[in-house]
Amino acid sequence: MKILDNAFGIHERALAVRNRRVELISQNIANADTPNYKARDIDFKKLIAGAEGVKIKATTDKHYEVAKLENEIDGLKFRIPFNASTDGNTVEMAVEQAQFGKATADYQATLMFLESRISGIRKALRGE
Amino acid sequence: MIDNIFGIAGTALNAQLTRMNLTASNLANQNTTATTEGEAFKAKRTVFKALLSQRDTHPGAAHVGGVRVDKIVDVQTPNPRVYEPGSPHADKDGYVYMSNVNEVTEMVEMMAAARTYQNNVEVVNTAKALMMKTLEVTKA
Repeated sequence: MKILDNAFGIHERALAVRNRRVELISQNIANADTPNYKARDIDFKKLIAGAEGVKIKATTDKHYEVAKLENEIDGLKFRIPFNASTDGNTVEMAVEQAQFGKATADYQATLMFLESRISGIRKALRGE
Repeated sequence: MIDNIFGIAGTALNAQLTRMNLTASNLANQNTTATTEGEAFKAKRTVFKALLSQRDTHPGAAHVGGVRVDKIVDVQTPNPRVYEPGSPHADKDGYVYMSNVNEVTEMVEMMAAARTYQNNVEVVNTAKALMMKTLEVTKA
């Protein structure tokens, strides 16, 4: 089924990323009261492009292999809090709730795109 | 994928419930008396810890990113010493040690726990709705 491999275009990958984002925000909400927990979010653009993080070019073999920057593990970034709390936790519930709403809406949007692709393919297959 | 969200929110519900239980226990023991300060009731608090790696959970469990109760600590404010010669716990001078529970703090703690619990219930509901919608994609 070579033709159908790419039938869903970017939406297939986007759905996975959207899902990961909902998961991450639910992680933040779960850890709303954990001391020293740092809220994280996805850099969507970076993940969807499959681009790698900041890489430092090694021009001589004396250059060390630079590990990925700590705050950019798999395209994850730490949120900068508006008001840092004293226990080192950076989860701000209002921000997380808003982002959670947005993330679920995005997820549903991607779902709708997928749905229309599927119905398009069905139409083509039926030849109506 | 999406079932991971249920796992994460589940760990949070569990943790907040433990916190709520401790608040209930603290409030219940507010008027507990004792003869020495060492025996007197100390208010208890939960300390949460993020589950950041697979090692923190059982192998294969989909809870990474969730939260667990790391430890339960005693509140370190001193227990008030009250003159109550009639109490069976009274020492030779007629004093008893009360618990160091502050009901206002406990109420705040309870409301915070309830709020966080509600937030996580909302997460579960949303994840469920999304899951159902995803299942319906093929019907299009």
